[in-house]
Parts: sequence; structure tokens; C-alpha cells
Amino acid sequence: MIDPRETIIGKRLEKVKSIIAVSGGKGGVGKSLVASTLALTLARKNFKVGLFDLDFTSPSTHLILGVKDAKPKEEKGIIPAEVYGLKYVSVVAYSKEKPLPLRGADISNALIELFAATIWGDLDFLIVDMPPGISDATLDLIRLIKGIKFLIVTTPSPLAFETVKKLLGLLAELKVPVLGVVENMKMRKSALVSRNVTCAGLPFLGDLPFDPKVEESLGNVDALLKTDFAKKLAAIVSKIPFNPNWLFS
Amino acid sequence: MHEWALAEAIISSVSQIAEKEGLKEVREVKIKVGELQQVELDILEFALSELKMAKFKNAKFSIETVKAELLCRVCGQKWSFSRNKLDMETAEAIHFVPETVHAYIKCPRCGSPDFEILQGRGVWLESVKGVK
Repeated sequence: MIDPRETIIGKRLEKVKSIIAVSGGKGGVGKSLVASTLALTLARKNFKVGLFDLDFTSPSTHLILGVKDAKPKEEKGIIPAEVYGLKYVSVVAYSKEKPLPLRGADISNALIELFAATIWGDLDFLIVDMPPGISDATLDLIRLIKGIKFLIVTTPSPLAFETVKKLLGLLAELKVPVLGVVENMKMRKSALVSRNVTCAGLPFLGDLPFDPKVEESLGNVDALLKTDFAKKLAAIVSKIPFNPNWLFS
Repeated sequence: MHEWALAEAIISSVSQIAEKEGLKEVREVKIKVGELQQVELDILEFALSELKMAKFKNAKFSIETVKAELLCRVCGQKWSFSRNKLDMETAEAIHFVPETVHAYIKCPRCGSPDFEILQGRGVWLESVKGVK
């Protein structure tokens, strides 16, 4: 018995130039916020961008973006909804606000289903908001998505960074490219993250301030993009010359 | 998964198997479709016939539907999935992402959403036969 879905995933993503998984070791470090803001920032630079919320059991990008009803269309596959210049897919379109308790095998199945059926079309960037840690979704993405790169989010907390070290260790073992590490919710000077990341030979991309205005801006992308958090992320992003063809190759 | 997307995945998979097995021509493809996904068989058959490649243009595609059976992990209750009890929106959600069944269906005995889909989820290629 053969599951035919995995054979079509490569074709579904053949017109996507760069796939970036925004990941971290722990929940609550700001992965979804970084993923959403990164996607919006790139879209406002006129790149073609998709945002895929892969945190099936605790999705939150729809709340950050203020998406009320982003149901994908059905046309020989799943056609992502268009929100704020992004092609957008979240399981919330199907599970609504109900709890969706899933075990590992279910997460894998849902992930394969959505990657096999979603027609993203031409994209410069597909930003994937990952669930925390190194379990099913992370392992499946590494296994199934050729050329995927990881952008790692941590906080200054040694607890958060300790879990990130495990994620980075796994990615290194499996030879999965890491674009770099972003330190979120920075409140005071600390070199723990930057020093460790640099010592590991990885790019430390910069820190993002703890910005109370981010909470107030949830659900309003214009307000979000005006926060110090978003401006600093845009500054980090702007240091990178934007040609998705070679930048992330 | 949408029927067309599903058909594309089947054709892609059959093509890979044919190449791997060194088949010059594919004669028969047996497919199993889980009831949970509520695939429209007419559309799937039509899509398969439209997408067939030269190498298997004469192949017979047979599709068998497998009943969906669920097993509660908490109390051990086993039960069958019933499409008739679902409203259209819920049925559509489960059609696209069968795992959303865990948001909408509970164990009829203890009410837990922690159940296993024993069979009848997704689509499987049972066999691909042809001439070498």
C-alpha cells in the first residue's frame, strides 16, 4: 500500500523560490509574530509571499493578522486565501475556533495533506510558521521539503536558548541550512544568545525589543508594522540583499 | 484533498512506480479511498482519465471505498464514521483535512476527541500492475 500524496509535494512547490521555516525550541518566544511580520514585510517590498501556519494545534497567525474568514478556494486543489498581499493557509479555515487535539501521526497526515493539495503557484518566499520543538512537523518538513531553510527565534532566556541549541544541533546533524537566529523580546543587554550563535558558526541576525505595543496591534497589520518590533525586524531583513533566487540558494 | 489534486498525486505515484519497476505499460491500478475523506468517486475517475499519461492510457483504474472506523483511546469504544450526521461545512472541512475530524467528532460513549482512525482515512495505491 502506497500513499501517493508525498510524490506530488515537489511539484506543488516547484514555483516557490525560497521556503523558510520560522522555528524555535519553545512555545511563546514569538515565532508566529516573527513569521507573520516577516511575511508582511517581504510582501510590502513587492515580493510574492505565502504564509503557511503549520502550528495545527495552537494556530495564531490568523489572530496576529486579524483574519476573520480566510477560507481557501477549491479549484483542482486548495487555492490559498489572499490576505494583506499574502497567500495564506491555516488549518483554522477548517477547524474554526474549536480545539483540534492531534497526535503525532495525525499532525504528519494533515501536514502531508495540505502540502500535497495546496497550489501556491509562483512565490518568491513561502514562510512557514512552525510549532515549537523537534517533533513531527519539524521532522516531516525536513524529510519532505527539498531546499527548506530554517530561521530560528529565541528569547534571551537561557531556558529558551537551551531548547534552541537542541534544534540547531538537529539541523546541523541533518545538514539543514539555517539562515540565522533572531533574539526576540530583548529587555536588557545580554550576550548569551549572540555569543553562542556566533561561536556555533551561525549568523546572529539581531535582536528584537520587547515591545508592549505589539499586543495592542494584534489583529491590525498596519499598526503591527508601525511597532518598534516590526521596524527592527524590517531593519534586520533589509540588511540582506533581496534576491530570493540566490540569497537563499 | 480535492479530487483533482488527489488524481494528480495518484498519477504521479503510478508514474514513479512504473519507472522504478521498469514497466513499459501499466495495465491495472488498484486504489483504496477512505470513506472519511468523502471523495466524489465520479470526479476522481474523470480526473484520472483526463490526467492519464501515454504509458498507462489503457490501464484500468479500480477504486474501492474503505469504511471509516474510529477507536476511542480513552474508553475503547469502536464506531463507524457517518457522513449523514454532519452539516455541509463540517463535512467539507473533513474532506479537505480529514484530521479536523478531531475538532468535530467525539467518542459516542465517553465524549473524548482522543480517538484513532483505524481505517478509512486518505487514499492508497494498493497495486500497480503492468508489462515489463
